Amino acid sequence: MPPKRVIGTISLAGCFGCHMSILDIDLKFLELIELVEFNRSPLTDIKTFTKHCDIGIIEGGCCNDENVHTLISFRKNCDILVSLGECAIMGGLPALRNKIDLYDCLKEAYLNVPSSVPGNQMIPHHPDLPKILDRIYPCHEIVKIDHFIPGCPPCDEIIWKSLTNLITGKSETIPYPFLKYD
Amino acid sequence: MKEVSFKIDGKTYKAPLGENLIMAAKRNGVYIPTLCYLEGHPCLGTCRVCTIRVNGRSMAACTLTLTENMQLEVNTSELQDMRKAIVELIFVEGNHFCPACEKGGDCQLQAVAYAMDMRVARFHYSFSPYRIHYEGKNIILEHNRCMHCKRCTNLFQDDQGYKIFSFINRGSKTRVMIDLDREKLLSAEKLREAKQLCPTGAILLQGGGFDRAIGTRQYDQRPIGVIPKGEK
Repeated sequence: MPPKRVIGTISLAGCFGCHMSILDIDLKFLELIELVEFNRSPLTDIKTFTKHCDIGIIEGGCCNDENVHTLISFRKNCDILVSLGECAIMGGLPALRNKIDLYDCLKEAYLNVPSSVPGNQMIPHHPDLPKILDRIYPCHEIVKIDHFIPGCPPCDEIIWKSLTNLITGKSETIPYPFLKYD
Repeated sequence: MKEVSFKIDGKTYKAPLGENLIMAAKRNGVYIPTLCYLEGHPCLGTCRVCTIRVNGRSMAACTLTLTENMQLEVNTSELQDMRKAIVELIFVEGNHFCPACEKGGDCQLQAVAYAMDMRVARFHYSFSPYRIHYEGKNIILEHNRCMHCKRCTNLFQDDQGYKIFSFINRGSKTRVMIDLDREKLLSAEKLREAKQLCPTGAILLQGGGFDRAIGTRQYDQRPIGVIPKGEK
């Protein structure tokens, strides 16, 4: 039996919907864990890489410096990186703020918001908090990404077929109804 | 009308002399992707998504009519990649957030991108600061999604025969605008026509964004056209 492939996954500026969609493959997970083992991933709760991975799956774009460092560490520790979902591919819904000036955005969220306490409004800043970037960056603008799986979230079929293609080296085509941007 | 023969990628086909190239190819089962071209209407030639090679020169197929012995190249891998690049440019120039778009599934830009198997744009997303125009009584103009194809400005007329959409400003500031006085008087049928005329989600109706569920829409299950694997 060939050695199991190692997979790492992460959610950056995403909503975890793409990870939920990975779980949507349901019983095929039993087939998947025959072929692969998961290393750093929210699914295993392993926080740092304990070995080199064959495939890294990235959900979400980069909205702060911590996302950028995480993405770079995935690039260093994975042979193949896959952008999963619209947020990783083009910024997605978080990127709606890209058209708005960063200060205006923070002002609206923390200073002018009706639920703020009068006299106690402040924009959070602390050395331990990640620094927010001027805009959301798609992952392939930060590091090299090898494969893209679009969708919001991508359906279980396209994730399953793309993953099995990557793991087994086959090139099965994705049926039309499974390739969606929404 | 006189039939003439012409070649697409080396294969000989026949179609009536003077027929539009898009329609002549479609009649013979060859799909050429289009966005601004609308069957039965004068060509606009704005989007260039139908770029093919005619007798060795790259041209927009919708602007041409058939003559005897035309040599057309449509599905070479180079041309397919060029057309895909044009679609990607349209995606990065506007703000096309498909997950949040009311036109998803009915959008021709999205459907053409699906047919081309576009996964990501090779260019940087520009996130241009476009605004949404809400002032109309029934019509919302979503400038983020407008690709300036001129379908609405050139092909749409109200019940009295007036063109109510037009371009304002110039260059990168060009926007579609609407005659607000005449827009108020549009019938429900004309409003639907305006929405359907737009190849993207730039013309929307107040309260009519999700009249049909996602997944049951025009291009959700069936592709707009089939593009064969390109050969050199």
